[in-house]
Amino acid sequence: MWTYVLQRLLLLIPTLLGITFIAFALIHLAPGDPAELRAGGGLGAAGAEGLSTEKQSAVDEALKAWRAQYGLDKPFHIQYGYWLRNLVTLEFGDSFKDNQPVWHKIRERLPVTVQLNIISTVLIYLGAVPLGIYSATHSYSFGDQVSTFVAFALYALPSYWIGTLAIVFLCGGDYFYLFPPGGLTSVDASPNWPLGKRLLDYSWHLCLPVIVLSYSGFAGLSRFMRSSMLENLRQDFVQTARAKGLAERLVIYKHVLRNSLIPVVTIMTSIIPGLISGSIIIETIFSIPGLGQLGYEAVLARDYPVIMAVFTISSLLTLLSILLSDLLLTVVDPRITFSGRSA
Amino acid sequence: MDNAQNYWSRVWQHFKRNILAVAGLWVSGGLLLIALFADILANDKPYYMIYQGKMFFPILQSYLDSLGIAPLPDELRLVDFATLSAERAIYPPIRYRPNRVDLLDPLAEPSGDHWLGTDKLGRDVLAGLIHGSRISLSIGFVSIGIAVLIGVVLGATAGYFGGWIDLVISRIFELMLGIPTFFLILTIAATLRPNIFYTMLIIGLTGWVGIARLTRNEFLKVRNLDYVTAAVSLGVPTPRILVRHILPNALAPVLVSVVLGIAAAILTESGLSFLGIGVPADLVTWGSILNEARSNTFAWWLAVFPGAAIFLAVVAYYLVGEGLRDALDPRLQ
Repeated sequence: MWTYVLQRLLLLIPTLLGITFIAFALIHLAPGDPAELRAGGGLGAAGAEGLSTEKQSAVDEALKAWRAQYGLDKPFHIQYGYWLRNLVTLEFGDSFKDNQPVWHKIRERLPVTVQLNIISTVLIYLGAVPLGIYSATHSYSFGDQVSTFVAFALYALPSYWIGTLAIVFLCGGDYFYLFPPGGLTSVDASPNWPLGKRLLDYSWHLCLPVIVLSYSGFAGLSRFMRSSMLENLRQDFVQTARAKGLAERLVIYKHVLRNSLIPVVTIMTSIIPGLISGSIIIETIFSIPGLGQLGYEAVLARDYPVIMAVFTISSLLTLLSILLSDLLLTVVDPRITFSGRSA
Repeated sequence: MDNAQNYWSRVWQHFKRNILAVAGLWVSGGLLLIALFADILANDKPYYMIYQGKMFFPILQSYLDSLGIAPLPDELRLVDFATLSAERAIYPPIRYRPNRVDLLDPLAEPSGDHWLGTDKLGRDVLAGLIHGSRISLSIGFVSIGIAVLIGVVLGATAGYFGGWIDLVISRIFELMLGIPTFFLILTIAATLRPNIFYTMLIIGLTGWVGIARLTRNEFLKVRNLDYVTAAVSLGVPTPRILVRHILPNALAPVLVSVVLGIAAAILTESGLSFLGIGVPADLVTWGSILNEARSNTFAWWLAVFPGAAIFLAVVAYYLVGEGLRDALDPRLQ
């Protein structure tokens, strides 16, 4: 088992290399020069036209120096080489925007996003699995039909729509003020508050973002769980179990449920990447200082080092979640082993 | 040939029985019509007008002008039709262009004038939604077309030839699955000049993995069947076997993911323009109207209607896709 985990972890390295290479190439081959963007402050070529030749040459000089400072004058493959060398020491370079080390920003933001995603994943599974079981064991009943309908609607609702609606109607605009419009803590929050109060404040702030982030995964998973259960309920071994007089509870929870959990665990490989993408939009809507917001701001400012760092970290999170779901599979289904045939 | 017809008519019979799927088909067809006839539904030019004793067909004539067939008469050039005192005129049901700025009437509530209100530049929201359907649908269709092209070619190659080719291509699949696609799209779209063709290309180039895996699995299943062996031993060239013999059999499951993919592409496009990325700033899209609601939280109409449009389009394609899946599933028949 542990050798397998080690193997998989080592295999992550070439995959991650491939992914970062693709991203690096795409970002650098795309037209647009971060140096000019920085110098022009958004003026670009139109602003440069008005400059006298003297000033223009001074600007060019500054741009050249700045490109040299960040290695942007080197050919693309050498830039990638530098980037990789620095990556080994978790050195993502300095942000183009404010010259702060990128790693500091990441370290600040990563826990927020990871927390958000873990809470959402746990809630999705805690809610969707029981609902799926209920729907399957009461299939085509009124409750099942309602939950199927609601799940379908939730699945198709774009999260940025629900997020915007929540901001407009629930967060103290002209309508209701039930939740804070953004951030993670109240303005007047202080570390002197008792733990309970701080926790309450924190969860009050996280409530809407977590709901908006997780409802579509919840809807998708509950439908998936239902069909997985129904598939297994049709199998012969269920009939055998019932025929030998097992109680229905045992049939459902011991025979059907265990088999149905296998695809539900596998689907984690698509739920978690969905959450990571979703957190870009959710963190932007609710102004949560997480990785997604950092990435979005970096994209707007073409802050290449930050973009690459956020990209690498979220790829790594995605790959780790795929690995995790593979490992969970062995827990759920003992028939699956990843060791060699002889073991 | 006859059998093929039988197969699809049977699928249609099954599809027809699913009321929700048929409703989805109607809605998606309706949206397509709205997108096609957006200029006729929402336009500040009249269909027909008598002005200074002469007869004009402004919408038609501006079409002819843009096609270079007949230049626009001088009377219609650079005029504001709303202030023109024509003797007679027949207007479209919504008398606004989506990008007609009216700074005297910003953020107006829904009323008889503006059925769904106006945005912060006084642009009519309903006209924006009607014309926005063009952008959403065209990005949905074109990007899924690109994705199908890449996905089917790669999937077919991997599935039919197997061996090391399959190994290499499957590694590429795994690589693509580890990529946070939305962030990649965001990054590339932000570095390029905002242009809907780039957006189509990017969504297509990142959205083919699901289709490719499906195609690969179908080809793996089919390639060792007797009729393929028969075709090989008869000396049928490999490309012909792939396209004429195997592909039609692998197409059905791919079709489902194509329909669902259109919905996903519409969601991605609206998400991008919601974040203000990928389409030019002066272009009104469903996502860009929704985005304005974030900074004008009292203007509920900016939040409700564009989101409802996205939701409607996505649900319609989902319903069609799911109906198709059920109709194609031999176990359910």
